Amino acid sequence: MQTILQDFGLLAGFWMTIKLTFWSAIFSLVIGTFVAVMRLSPVGMLRQVGTAYVTLLRNTPLTLIILFCSIGIYGQLGIVLAGRDAPGGFIDTNNFRLAILGLSVYHAAFVCEAIRSGVNTIPIGQAEAARSIGLTFGQSLREIILPQAFRGAITPLGNTLIALTKNTTIAAAIGVAETALVMKNVAEFDPGLLWTAFGLIAAGFVLLTVPMGLLTSHFAHKLAVRR
Amino acid sequence: MTDTPAPERREPGRPLVVLDHVNKHFGELHVLQDIDLTVHEGEVVVVIGPSGSGKSTLCRTINRLESFESGSITIDGQELPEEGKALAQLRADVGMVFQSFNLFSHKTILENVTLGPIKARGVKPADAKKRAMELLERVGVAHQAAKYPAQLSGGQQQRVAIARSLAMDPRVMLFDEPTSALDPEMINEVLDVMTQLAHSGMTMIVVTHEMGFARKAADRVVFMSDGAIVEENTPEEFFTNPQSARAKDFLGKILTH
Repeated sequence: MQTILQDFGLLAGFWMTIKLTFWSAIFSLVIGTFVAVMRLSPVGMLRQVGTAYVTLLRNTPLTLIILFCSIGIYGQLGIVLAGRDAPGGFIDTNNFRLAILGLSVYHAAFVCEAIRSGVNTIPIGQAEAARSIGLTFGQSLREIILPQAFRGAITPLGNTLIALTKNTTIAAAIGVAETALVMKNVAEFDPGLLWTAFGLIAAGFVLLTVPMGLLTSHFAHKLAVRR
Repeated sequence: MTDTPAPERREPGRPLVVLDHVNKHFGELHVLQDIDLTVHEGEVVVVIGPSGSGKSTLCRTINRLESFESGSITIDGQELPEEGKALAQLRADVGMVFQSFNLFSHKTILENVTLGPIKARGVKPADAKKRAMELLERVGVAHQAAKYPAQLSGGQQQRVAIARSLAMDPRVMLFDEPTSALDPEMINEVLDVMTQLAHSGMTMIVVTHEMGFARKAADRVVFMSDGAIVEENTPEEFFTNPQSARAKDFLGKILTH
C-alpha cells in the first residue's frame, strides 16, 4: 500500500484530481452560465449559438474533446497554455491546462442545462414583475432570474460536479498524472498490487464525491426559494 | 348599496393613456378588437367583463407585457417603444399589480420595494429604504419589512406589491384582477388601499370583478366582451341602467346574489 501511495504517486494523483476538479468546476460554471444567458436571451442569434454549443459539446465523447485539446489545439495549431519555463515543467503544465480546458468546455454544456432547469422552476410572473418595475433584461437576469435559477439548480449542478470529479480520470489520456494514470502504471509495472490499487482509487473517489452529494442535498434544501 | 355616497367627480385632466385602434390576436382568437380608450390624468377606470373578454390582455398590453399587431398606445403622448432600455424606462412609469402578486420570492419585503428605485431610477439605497418604509407604513405592512414574501398572507403580499409599484412614482397604475387570488377575508384590506389611492388622485386602470369597488372608487366603467369595448359609462349609470344586451346579461348573472 505504501508502494502505491508513494512510489506510484497515488496521493499526488488524488491531489491532481482535486486540482483538475476545482479549476474545471470554476471555469465550467462561468462558461455554462454565459451559455445559459445566451440561450435565455431575447436575441435569436445568441440563442442559436448557445443551443449549438450545448448540442455539440454535450453529445461529443469527453475523451475526444480532451484528445482534441492536446493533439488539435497544441499539436496541430501550436497553441500553448503555459510558458516554456513554467515551474512545473512545460509539458506537464501545458497538459494540465489543456485538460482543464477540455473538462471545462464539456461540463459547461451540462452546467448550462442545469441552470436552464433552474430557470424553469421560476414562475413567469417573477420576470414580468421585474420588467414591470422597469428593470432591463440584464438587470432582470442578475437580480431576479439567475439568483433564483441557481438556487433551483443546486441538485443538477451537484450531479454535474460529481460527474466532473470522476471524469477528470480522462485527463490520463493526455498524460496528466492523476489517479487513472497511476492505475495504468500499477497494472503495467506491479500487477500484484492491482486489486489494492483498484480498491484505493475507488475508495478515494467515494471519499471525494459522497460529501459533494451530501452538501448538495443540504444546500438544495436550505437555499430553496420559498414560494 | 344606496347609502354609499357617490365619489366626487374630478375634472378630467389631460389624456394620459391613449389606445387607438389596438388589435391583437392569440392565434385565431381576436383578443383585442379595435380598442379605443383614453384615460385622463387622475381618472380611475374600472374594466369589467366576463372571463375571456380580453380585459386582462388589455391591461397587460398597456405596458407591453403583451405585444399588439396594429394601432397605437401612447403614455402621456409618447408611443410605447418596441424593446430595450426605452421600454424599460417607460415601464418604470407604469405601475403594475398582478393577480398573483409576483413579489420577488428570494428578496425581503423591503428589498422588493427598494429594488426598482435603486436599479431602474438610480436612487441612493438609503433614500430608497426610507421611502419604502413610508410606503410599507401606508399599506400597513411596515412591521413585516424583514420577512420574505412566502411568510406573508396573500392580502399582505398584494399590499406590498402595491407599495412596490408606488415606490417607482408611476404616472399610472394598472391592476390586473388584484383581488381574484385572495381569500375573501383579505379582499377588503387590498380594496381599502386601492380606494385610498384612487382618492389621492392616482390614475388607475383596474381590471376587477369587485363591483363594490367600481361603484365606490371608479370615475368610469368600461365593459368588455369578446375582445371589444361594448359599453362605457359612469358606475352609477352602468350598474343601474346598462345599455347593451351583453352588459345586461353579465350584470344579471353577477348581481343576483
